[in-house]
Amino acid sequence: MAFREYKIGAVMFGVALSLSMFITLVMPSFNIISVGSTAVALDKQLTYGYNSGFTFSDPFLTGGAAPHRVVLRKDPASGADMEPVTAYVFSAGMPFPSGILHPAVLGEGTDDLSVEQGRINEASVEQGAVFLVQHGSYNGAEYPYIENATATRGWLPDAVLTAAGDANTSYAGAGKVIFVREGCWWCHTLLPEQTQDFQYFGAPPYLGDFNGESPTAFGSDRKAPDLLRVGARNSSKEWMMMHFFNPRLVQPHSIMPRFDYLWGETDANGNKIDYTAWRKEYLEYRRGERITPPEVPVPAPGSEARYLIDFVLNLK
Amino acid sequence: MLMKYLFAKNEDIPPGTATLFFSFSSIVWFIIGTGLGSFNAAKLAFPDWVTGMEYFAFGKMRQVHVMAVIFGWISMAFAAAMMYITPALGNTKLWSEKLALWSCMNWNIGLALALISLWMGMTSGREYSDFIYPFDLIILFGVILPVALNVWMTIAHRRTQGIYTTNWFFAGSIFMLMIVLLVGNLPEYFHLTGLTEAYLTWWNAHNILGLWITPVAAAIAYYTIPKITGNPLYSHRIGHLHFWSIVIFYSTPAAHHLMSAPLPEWLKSFASVEGVLILVPAIAFVSNILLTLQGKWNMFVENIEVRFTVTGVLLAIPLNMQGGFQQTRSINWYIHGTGWIVAHAHLALLGFSTFIEVAAVYYGLQMIMKRKLYSLALANFHFWMLLIGFSIYWISMTIAGLIQGAGKIYEVPYIDIVIAEHPYMIARWFGGTLVFLGNCVWLYNMYMTAREGTVVPQGRMVHELAYER
Repeated sequence: MAFREYKIGAVMFGVALSLSMFITLVMPSFNIISVGSTAVALDKQLTYGYNSGFTFSDPFLTGGAAPHRVVLRKDPASGADMEPVTAYVFSAGMPFPSGILHPAVLGEGTDDLSVEQGRINEASVEQGAVFLVQHGSYNGAEYPYIENATATRGWLPDAVLTAAGDANTSYAGAGKVIFVREGCWWCHTLLPEQTQDFQYFGAPPYLGDFNGESPTAFGSDRKAPDLLRVGARNSSKEWMMMHFFNPRLVQPHSIMPRFDYLWGETDANGNKIDYTAWRKEYLEYRRGERITPPEVPVPAPGSEARYLIDFVLNLK
Repeated sequence: MLMKYLFAKNEDIPPGTATLFFSFSSIVWFIIGTGLGSFNAAKLAFPDWVTGMEYFAFGKMRQVHVMAVIFGWISMAFAAAMMYITPALGNTKLWSEKLALWSCMNWNIGLALALISLWMGMTSGREYSDFIYPFDLIILFGVILPVALNVWMTIAHRRTQGIYTTNWFFAGSIFMLMIVLLVGNLPEYFHLTGLTEAYLTWWNAHNILGLWITPVAAAIAYYTIPKITGNPLYSHRIGHLHFWSIVIFYSTPAAHHLMSAPLPEWLKSFASVEGVLILVPAIAFVSNILLTLQGKWNMFVENIEVRFTVTGVLLAIPLNMQGGFQQTRSINWYIHGTGWIVAHAHLALLGFSTFIEVAAVYYGLQMIMKRKLYSLALANFHFWMLLIGFSIYWISMTIAGLIQGAGKIYEVPYIDIVIAEHPYMIARWFGGTLVFLGNCVWLYNMYMTAREGTVVPQGRMVHELAYER
């Protein structure tokens, strides 16, 4: 007997659900598609790369598939001095972000400039590429766009990384992967309330600040300050270092977990980190048996703690 | 026993076997889920308890609790109810008991693997769709689809003329769940980014609650209350209103979860208005069930299943009053992102829907095993542990949320909010732990029912027999 008697009901069910999906999915998509990228969005997607959550190129979320962001003071091709330039280095094999793969997501103007002047469609994952964020005009209006410096200036990823050196390299892209993996966003949102104190939390994000970013990790369950622009109100690497190692060193009332395990085996000087001894000394300090807490080890360049600190300081 | 039936002929499997396995699995997942919740809450109250270990960090475990409860406890209890109620209302057998057993096994294995991978840090980074997409696909096609097929085919092969309210909801909700999981995870399948990803994350989260958990829980109450009290459903017309307003109103307000995001303003306003209209199905449902109880309110005291169900229905009143209004712009401004929302989510999942499902699992297990509940005293203990534990949790988190909201609006330094919230964090941990302990007692009670419960004589219903302990 099937659903024979319920033919009208079944059709109405389909109509109702389709209408609701048309209103909530198709109609907003026209608005969202028409959003053009801001320079912030270009910076974010070039910093974070293809995806900061699970992908088959980085299944365990180690940050290994994320690009590096460097500040260059010398032209890596010619060696001549130049004004400092921020470059986004995708070594060979690192997947490109959405904006490079599908320039249409960048929005009108930015899309055209990035392809015509920035030559982003010539970039290849196999060889890697170096990108820059530029500003140009298209049909009389100003737009930010992406330049493929490997095509336009002959900058090769390895040469750029060497020219910049570790001191000028930011691992913010890998840091966002750690931010997602460690669940920082379960307490620290990346989206201040519309009405929240802008002087403290910074301006709310603009419409086009998210093009190409994934996951956006806005967060919903706030148990700690919003971090969208934390780097603008606290730019101290040392503070961040102590705070991640044991938040109660800098904020006695904090309920944040300790992320000391992100330091790994050794510190920046190659010395083995003795966590047991550190915790013992810290407990002595808490009991008032020591005047000062034990020293927090400086994270090694390739450690996840360094990645995360770079990411947080980069949130401006 | 499961292995024996997995490879048996469909006809040789006793009816109800799938529900038996689904029910016991769901209780075990409930214990795991609430245990994780209690552990997480302890970490918020006492941050230096179990510290510095990667896999016991709050950020690694929080989502495991949420997903274990939603997909382990709530959805498995739904499947248990569907596998029992759908054929009972169609006066027929389940279309394929064997398929149902396979989906139960796939579900347990798939969910365990998905949760372990999530715990290891393999996440999509999207709330309520945290599982990496290979597991999303396994859950959708290996678990939800077989359960859906069973529901639809059982209804199609029914031996009654009409379809009862509960079965409209079952058939419709599981269809909508599949659509939601398919569409909501598009950002992961096709790497959609930016605002599209953010919006679809909440479209998915909202609709899993609105088109799966809320209506299926209500559908179960539409079965258990008339069945156990013996009163016919007060009004099928109101049931129609409930069903259609769920489809029309509850499927649209997804954007009200992102009122502070730069989404189109028309979409936010539309979502907010539709969000208030959620009161239509809510009032229809609550009034229909409470009016069905006319003349049988003594069973609210005397019968444990009725008590659980009606408590769940009564909790739907504050749930929907909150839900309808907290997403309007002015109230959202105050409570968004605070513990109020956490309290509200627990009111929906641990209050309203859990109480109704607990009743269904109590009732279904007794009916299938044809044994009377082992101990009413333990069941009463379970009820009060759940209700008191939940109430402590809900009240403390609501207060914490209001404090947070005030701190947010009046621009108090954040650490002062953390300090002010601390007592409520301890209370929340205590309440959640009561729920966990109550569930352990429940599992013992159901295990003893299977072993030592009085056998229900042929032709009698379990609720006709007196409790013995």
